[in-house]
Amino acid sequence: MIRTRGLAYTYASSGVVLRFPDVDLRQGGTLLLRGRSGSGKSTWLALMAGLRGAGSGDLFVAGTQLATQRGAEIDAWRARSIGFLPQKLYLSSALTVADNLGLVYFAAGLPRDDAAIGRALAQVGIGELAARKPQQLSGGQAQRAALARAVLLAPEVLLADEPTASLDDEAAADALALLCQSASACNASLVIATHDQRVVQALAGAQTLDLNQTAPWSPTGKDLQL
Amino acid sequence: MKSGAFKLARLSWHYLWSRPLAAVLNLLVLTLGLAAVTLVLLVATQLDKAFERDLTGIDLVVGAKGSPLQLILAGVFHIDAPTGNIPLQEVQALQANPLVAQVIPLSLGDSYRGYRIVGTTPDYVKHYEATLAEGALWQQPMDAVLGATVARGIVKADHAGAPLVEATFVGSHGLGGGGHAHGNHPYRVSGVLAPCGCVLDRLILTSTESVWMVHETDMATDAEDLALLQQEREVTVALVRYRTPLAAVSLPRKINSDTSMQAAAPAIEVTRLLRLLGVGADVLRAFGGVLLAVAALSVFIALWNAVRERRADLAMLRMLGAPPGRVAGLVLWEALWLAALASALGMLLGHGLAHGLGWVLQAQGLLPVTGWIWLPAEAGVPLLAAGVAALAALLPAMHAYNTDVADLLAQP
Repeated sequence: MIRTRGLAYTYASSGVVLRFPDVDLRQGGTLLLRGRSGSGKSTWLALMAGLRGAGSGDLFVAGTQLATQRGAEIDAWRARSIGFLPQKLYLSSALTVADNLGLVYFAAGLPRDDAAIGRALAQVGIGELAARKPQQLSGGQAQRAALARAVLLAPEVLLADEPTASLDDEAAADALALLCQSASACNASLVIATHDQRVVQALAGAQTLDLNQTAPWSPTGKDLQL
Repeated sequence: MKSGAFKLARLSWHYLWSRPLAAVLNLLVLTLGLAAVTLVLLVATQLDKAFERDLTGIDLVVGAKGSPLQLILAGVFHIDAPTGNIPLQEVQALQANPLVAQVIPLSLGDSYRGYRIVGTTPDYVKHYEATLAEGALWQQPMDAVLGATVARGIVKADHAGAPLVEATFVGSHGLGGGGHAHGNHPYRVSGVLAPCGCVLDRLILTSTESVWMVHETDMATDAEDLALLQQEREVTVALVRYRTPLAAVSLPRKINSDTSMQAAAPAIEVTRLLRLLGVGADVLRAFGGVLLAVAALSVFIALWNAVRERRADLAMLRMLGAPPGRVAGLVLWEALWLAALASALGMLLGHGLAHGLGWVLQAQGLLPVTGWIWLPAEAGVPLLAAGVAALAALLPAMHAYNTDVADLLAQP
């Protein structure tokens, strides 16, 4: 569940204020976050994950009003409630695939559950690759590992950043299907940040937040360069 | 929380060995620094203790005129040639002095296989509270008692398994070995001392009369000459214990000015000696310090690079909900692993080096040093290592603490 009201973010360095349209995403729903690069997609995702504080407006994510919490509370909340599939995956090359998933428990301060790690890897179809290092995986396999990591603790909100950017048509369709399937398996609200037309077409019926129409307002009146 | 620290340690262990070359190099530098520190600690402490033990209860050393330091080194520690001999009569006069509680005469001059044969009185053994491992003290002239190190050395040389008591040997003239052998006067071993950790370990003890006997009969041309020699009997050194501390004020000066003898206060001379040796220890200590500083720098650079390389990993951990402290702890733990490993290896190496040094010193009949002891002060070595590692990890850990996760998202 995500609900925003009058959400705005002020860049500390330039003083530029970015205003976002209101969003209502029900639990289990899917939201397409569209926009050119530099249109504020990353900032919006960072706000949803509690990594940045909103300049103004109300923000409810996964049943929590984010402005009321800070520091360790936010970290614990993020560990519990947010799954994140980054574009670059960020699997640690020092650890095996299974240990990479183990980081989730380490970060959340929970006891490691090897059975759950095995189930999560099996669910995305790479159960037999648990002992490999990330650099021994193909691009598609690595993305599946990262997806397994994102949904390991059954988050309420799953954020995916450009999940199809570097994939061919067939792989992109597979990745998207698996992503949607994984999100619905834990009834997570799914947010897909993308500027990929294939995703837009595939999820034609999904709710959309298009940041291309959001005009940043600059106090200096200059054109915005992000 | 306990399991949290365990997981932190386990994960940082993985990260440490994900860069094996850097880990091994840092371990090596840190280990060398700690080994140098351990070595200095072991050797300096043992030498201090050995000096102290050998000096206990000796207020004044009286011998022939010459260098006072040489007199102490020869008469107390038996690591230098004596300055000469002094007349027995003067020593006896000293004994009669009311300021003097005890005089232990020592007669040097002969050796066996490089070990000094010292003619003395049973008081010498009593003074160091040495006990007999086998046999008895000398009962008659030409009986000899072996120090523990001597006994070990001789057994290795040729006595394999045979009992030492009742064995005989022939002393040779001079302290270095290789001098004229006193073949007419073989010594009989009457006993072997238990190790006392003092200078007696390295000596062969006998009665003063034995030494006189060997030399007088060797030197005398006829019976008349022998009688003359017996009149002019000499000893090499007299170890003096005062009856009152006040004696320190007048007695040394009186001996130095009124007699042909020289009096040297061991406390003063040894302080002088340790100041000389101390320079060596300081150099070694400074060397260890430099190594540690280099190690700290090297660990710092390695961690700094590791944090930069692993910026994404650390940011991902934050993204997964790890509090900043846990991420910084990961970096700190990596340094602490290095410290722990380097402490173990460094102390092992330090002890090994000390033992090697002790072996060399032993072979030369010098001061006893061993690597097989643990000093309470060594507890400081792991602490030092942890301190160095923590210092090196401080900045990288803060860097990790301040990892901005949102930047991770913003990266194209």
